[in-house]
Amino acid sequence: MEWDWNFVWEIMPTLIQGVKITILATLLGSVLAAIVGLGIALARRSPNKALSRTVGWAAEFIRGTPLLVQLYFIFYVLPDIGILLPPLVAGVIGLGLHYGTYTAEVYRAGIDNVPRGQWEAAKACNLSARQTWTHIIIPQAIPPMIPALANYFIAMFKETPLLSAITVLELMNQAKSVANTYYRYIEPITLVGAFFLVISLFSVVLLRWLERRYGKIER
Amino acid sequence: MTQWSGYFGLILQGALVTIELTLMGSVLALLMAFLAGMGRLSRFFVLRALATAYIEFFRGTSIFVQLFWAYFVLPFIGISLTPLQAGVLALGLNVGAYAAEVVRGAIQSIGREQYEACTALNLGRWQGMRHIILPQALLVMLPTFGNNAIELLKATAVVSLISLTDLTFQAQVVRAQTGNTLVPFTTILIIYFILALLISWGVRSLERRMARGLDGVRA
Repeated sequence: MEWDWNFVWEIMPTLIQGVKITILATLLGSVLAAIVGLGIALARRSPNKALSRTVGWAAEFIRGTPLLVQLYFIFYVLPDIGILLPPLVAGVIGLGLHYGTYTAEVYRAGIDNVPRGQWEAAKACNLSARQTWTHIIIPQAIPPMIPALANYFIAMFKETPLLSAITVLELMNQAKSVANTYYRYIEPITLVGAFFLVISLFSVVLLRWLERRYGKIER
Repeated sequence: MTQWSGYFGLILQGALVTIELTLMGSVLALLMAFLAGMGRLSRFFVLRALATAYIEFFRGTSIFVQLFWAYFVLPFIGISLTPLQAGVLALGLNVGAYAAEVVRGAIQSIGREQYEACTALNLGRWQGMRHIILPQALLVMLPTFGNNAIELLKATAVVSLISLTDLTFQAQVVRAQTGNTLVPFTTILIIYFILALLISWGVRSLERRMARGLDGVRA
């Protein structure tokens, strides 16, 4: 079978539709992962042993099991207990939860990296716990984390094709439906690969820039 | 009442396929990791370029797309793969690309003085690599290899989408036949988690074994 450029241009608009959903899912998933990760990281530092242990185990469990199965779980099991989610929402929740357990580790490392002296100085200046976090710790902990966080968001972007398994009409699913309609697989699947490669290569450039801009830990 | 024992047997068969895939994929990944990782450090430009292209391509596109490409597009250029072969190929090449960077990083993390000592002892490049550098670098790689193996295990869930009868596929079968979603999916989540725990436990004990007698040598 030959590569057919006319067919490529014909299916391009459909694929672009898919790219939009893919990017939307990645952005929403990233926001959710950033929030969930912070929540997990804070819960694991909590003095309440029961809370920190439970959250720690749950995070370990989510990290040790495949995202695809988690997506099936959210999409097919939750309706049994009355929670009916649209595919995209289920997908975003799956991505956010799964990658939240990874970003939690980034937050943990970032917070641990703030030197002890900063905590002591905050105490010496009579700042409350809340003030210490918002004015001293978080502003110093966030910048070095940015490249690592971005790394996970790129990884998440590459996992979005899994959403096609729960019927989200993202890039992969559009390509599959096009392929099944015309029974031509070479162009759609290759184009999906090309789209991912191009966007990933761009994000690698962005990542390098972020690393130069924020990556250094000042001592 | 449903015959759970029969269905459980089905899921166990799926677990065997998943384990088989993980093992074969890991072997291929390990092979590719050393080839590409050392290729990136080669003196020859062609080898470096080839290794970099391989790593960037497989890290830059989604495993899901690579799998579909191997299964649906390769037949058109005359290479027909069974689902198992396509699965092992895609998983091994994808995870191998990530692990190649681990190999490169570990080899580069070995101190300059070790290389200088090799030169001083009149060892050839290959001898130095084989007897001095790699034994030390292997220990640095091991924990990350463990993580890579767990990533590979989780990625095997994707092969269910090209009709390979792994855990996830069997869970779908059970779901279709019994109409029950909660039980099969919870079961396979737990099985995946146990497999992941086994891998991390195995790698940890291997690491302890290899680090024996090195106390005080490594910081």
